[in-house]
Amino acid sequence: MDGIHDLGGQSGHSALGYLRNEPVFKDRWEATVFTMVRASAQAGAYTNIDQFRHAVERIEPKAYLEHGYYGRWLGAVETLFVEAGILTTAEITERAAHLGAGPDDLIAARPSLTKTQATGIPAKRNPVGEAPWFKVGDPVHTVQASPLGHTRLPGYARNKKGLITACQGLWPYPDLRAHGHGEQSQYLYTVSFKSLDLGFSEAFELNLDLFEPYLSLIETIL
Amino acid sequence: MSDQPSPQSLRTEAIETLLIEKKLLTSEAIDTVLTTFSEQVGPMNGAKLVARAWVDQGFKARLLEDATTIVQEYGFEGGQVDKLIVKACSESVHHVVVCTLCSCYPWAVLGLPPRWYKDPGYRSRIVREPRKVLTEMGLTLPDTTSIKVWDSSAEIRYLVLPLRPAGTEDLDETALAELITRDAMIGVAAIETPS
Repeated sequence: MDGIHDLGGQSGHSALGYLRNEPVFKDRWEATVFTMVRASAQAGAYTNIDQFRHAVERIEPKAYLEHGYYGRWLGAVETLFVEAGILTTAEITERAAHLGAGPDDLIAARPSLTKTQATGIPAKRNPVGEAPWFKVGDPVHTVQASPLGHTRLPGYARNKKGLITACQGLWPYPDLRAHGHGEQSQYLYTVSFKSLDLGFSEAFELNLDLFEPYLSLIETIL
Repeated sequence: MSDQPSPQSLRTEAIETLLIEKKLLTSEAIDTVLTTFSEQVGPMNGAKLVARAWVDQGFKARLLEDATTIVQEYGFEGGQVDKLIVKACSESVHHVVVCTLCSCYPWAVLGLPPRWYKDPGYRSRIVREPRKVLTEMGLTLPDTTSIKVWDSSAEIRYLVLPLRPAGTEDLDETALAELITRDAMIGVAAIETPS
């Protein structure tokens, strides 16, 4: 989905906030959230990393930026527990109020779109048992897409030309697995882009690991 | 830090207490996470690999060929290394790693990521103006060094093998490992020659 999480290449986030040293967890609640995410997986609130990432992506853009990494995990884990029917928003809010929280302190995540409404970029084929479509050295073009569901093709690399530099084998396809459609494995390729082809002015090489459905071959005219 | 607990800590405590009541979480599990990621899983693991690669060309070749197997052999905990690829810096090429879509990071060899790696500034800018960002972070590369950025968009994780600094010829593997920083293995710093 298009959203605030897709930060690559965005302007306006100028501050790096770089510190050479910082604690692993700033407060105990951050470690608690980390542990709760593991507990939510054990409790069956989510079954794969793509579902979890999609829950993070569904967080309100304002909260996404303001609440920081573990704040986002907190929003996501609450969403997953609630959507799995293990906890209710009401009981969490009631308990938080009992502990001293204000009524506006909800850390909100957008509700899930249903399976039929949302997927990422559709797969073109089932490649299990088949050879990879592309080979090292192939010039490829990334799709122009704006899916409602989860995808791992960043916005800055859509509708751009690159070069296959490695085939990384079959991996579960996030665009479908995030929405409960099973693994639907697809070939994964490392694709190299020239920064100028991405529209950036500084000269460098940019590499992404991209799934086959994100790519099409650029036909070269002989 | 203020005396008032933050909304996030209260919301966390609310979910935490409910989960403990439902026997889906224990305080001991939280303590274990704190201990594991503070003491056992961290950049000291990646540093072991880098130091050995600096002194052992055969190991370096294996590390660049198949780092995933080596991490399994070392038995590093922490996860997030289903497949690990190591990229070696040279005088002519510098590597730097990011995850623009979330904050993917090779936990087993670097521990949990620092705040700046997860925040919008680094994630948005390192794929648009890496040389400028690295300079702001204190790493000024020669114009003759080209930059390769690795945006971890799938389950492959990347680790940078930094250049061994001059003046370290007499140091053994253990002493070398102590020089190697987390930031150098992300690719946003160079290893300093010890003074």
